[in-house]
Amino acid sequence: MTSTILRRAALPAVLVLTLGLSACGGSNESGSEGDVSGEVLADGSSTVQPLTAAAGELFAEEEPGVNVSVGTAGTGGGFEVFCQGKTDISNASRPIEDEEAALCDKAGVEYTELQVATDALTVVVSAENDFITCLTTDELKTLWEPAAEGKITTWDQVNPDFPAEEISLFGAGTDSGTFDYFTDAINGEEGASRTDYNATEDDNVTVTGVSGSPTAIGYFGFSYFQENSDKLKAVEVDSGDGCVAPSPESAQDGTYTPLARPLFIYVNNKSAADKPYVKAFVDFYAEQNADIVAAAKFIPLNEEQSTELADTAESLG
Amino acid sequence: MATIGTLSRQVATPLKAERHGDRSIASIAFLIALWVALAFAVVCLAVLLIDSFVKGLPRLDSNLLTRYSSQVIPESAGARAAILGSMWVIVTTAVLAIPLGVSAAIYLEEFANPRRWYNRLIEVNLQNLAAVPAIVYGMLTAGFALAVGLRRGIVLAAGIALALLILPVIIITTREALRAVPAEIRDGSLALGATPLQTVWRQTLPSAIPGIATGTILALSRALGEAAPLLLLGGLVFINYDPDGLFSGFTTLPIQIFDWTGRPEDAFKEVASATIIVLLVLLLAMNALAIIIRNRYQKRW
Repeated sequence: MTSTILRRAALPAVLVLTLGLSACGGSNESGSEGDVSGEVLADGSSTVQPLTAAAGELFAEEEPGVNVSVGTAGTGGGFEVFCQGKTDISNASRPIEDEEAALCDKAGVEYTELQVATDALTVVVSAENDFITCLTTDELKTLWEPAAEGKITTWDQVNPDFPAEEISLFGAGTDSGTFDYFTDAINGEEGASRTDYNATEDDNVTVTGVSGSPTAIGYFGFSYFQENSDKLKAVEVDSGDGCVAPSPESAQDGTYTPLARPLFIYVNNKSAADKPYVKAFVDFYAEQNADIVAAAKFIPLNEEQSTELADTAESLG
Repeated sequence: MATIGTLSRQVATPLKAERHGDRSIASIAFLIALWVALAFAVVCLAVLLIDSFVKGLPRLDSNLLTRYSSQVIPESAGARAAILGSMWVIVTTAVLAIPLGVSAAIYLEEFANPRRWYNRLIEVNLQNLAAVPAIVYGMLTAGFALAVGLRRGIVLAAGIALALLILPVIIITTREALRAVPAEIRDGSLALGATPLQTVWRQTLPSAIPGIATGTILALSRALGEAAPLLLLGGLVFINYDPDGLFSGFTTLPIQIFDWTGRPEDAFKEVASATIIVLLVLLLAMNALAIIIRNRYQKRW
């Protein structure tokens, strides 16, 4: 008896669930009133993701018929699927590497690189740290190079003026473009870093770790510093021409070296030519770049870079 | 508060041990260690829950259920795409995993000859598969999708990965449920002239359904909480449309929570906490359903 009841109850339950789902699924279809419709597939760097997401969100207000979806496979993971022709746009926090470009070549995928924003990798210490305001690139190298592993453990080893207190290091995990860029810029070789530090893909862990200890140091994208500027202090960087603090201005005019980095999107040329909505999205990305960058809390392009973005976007398709 | 509770328990435990005549220092120390371990787990869970509720409560509004994630105005970001995506993925998983898992269990329990080497091989492998980390199934499905030319970040691919993940659990619990049906029922049915297939279909399986349903729902609720294999499969983190089919891109609640907690903006952390509450409510509802089904339809022989 009981099993019959169950069977009678189960069927309607399943039906209700399926109907409910399809009703929910269908509710968006009435929205295609724009000129173009389709789905723009973007994947790649998790750092650049907020930019392309903001672009997609603002674009949807103009072209409700176009869906934009953004994944976070990482810069490398993004290029992997991009070069198989599976995505229209690949977000990247560093330029494409030769090996990745070779993959694209092999699969016959042609692409265009567009710089869409600037980021300033920011070296941070706790707001309570009273001995660090500026570090030279050499000091940063002493701190982070592979040879420092197990040896550089107190601050006086970095600079004799600093106290002999223990250093605790926070940094990006090895899968991130941030790690690639930082190691290349500071240690001179991409991927070369000491390994005895708190490595994390989640920059909020670095925020918590560094703000909790006056002798800790870490690095991440500028937006994480901006959101936590009450707890953290940005370290000025001296690459030979004096100490420069990370800021939108210093990143734009090129004085914040070597840690200001360009952020890119790579567009599949064939997608842009064959799919009008991809081309429309990239055009929008270029035209509304200032708003998009502001929404994602990155550093806007300077005039020269803006012109270049507009010209490149125009030449597509 | 929790410490007081633990202390009084610690006083009570040795007394209990004494009643059983075991009052060696080692056994008392062991019991205390057990209570400390338990208290540690419970306190951690309580801290997590309280933290999520305190942070998430202000964002438990209608935006959370009706709006998509928003980079432009994080304060109004919602988990609509994630909730619908999770539902699509779980239903797809159920549709793929339940018929396969239940059929496999019926074969193994009712028809397979346990002396045959291939049946023993299947048995051993099932136990092993149940212990395989979730991300491996994500990699397997990603490889499969590549081989057949399927796009990776779609509902169907996620359904396949999660179905593979919970298949061993469904098979094992279904077998347990079938085993609990007394042999007399089968014998009686067979004696009355029913074929083995009819016996399974009309007697054994209906009697085992409460047990199967319980195990299946618990397995599905595990699948609902998985993020790792789906991230690997290219689950999206920003999506401004409702998933509308098996080949649609998707995000799910755990993926969305994972992405939001990693963002610098405090508003995203709040909406992540609110989404954790939604996920918890869904999980508790599914587990409650499993308990209700077990209590209501369980047969006593």
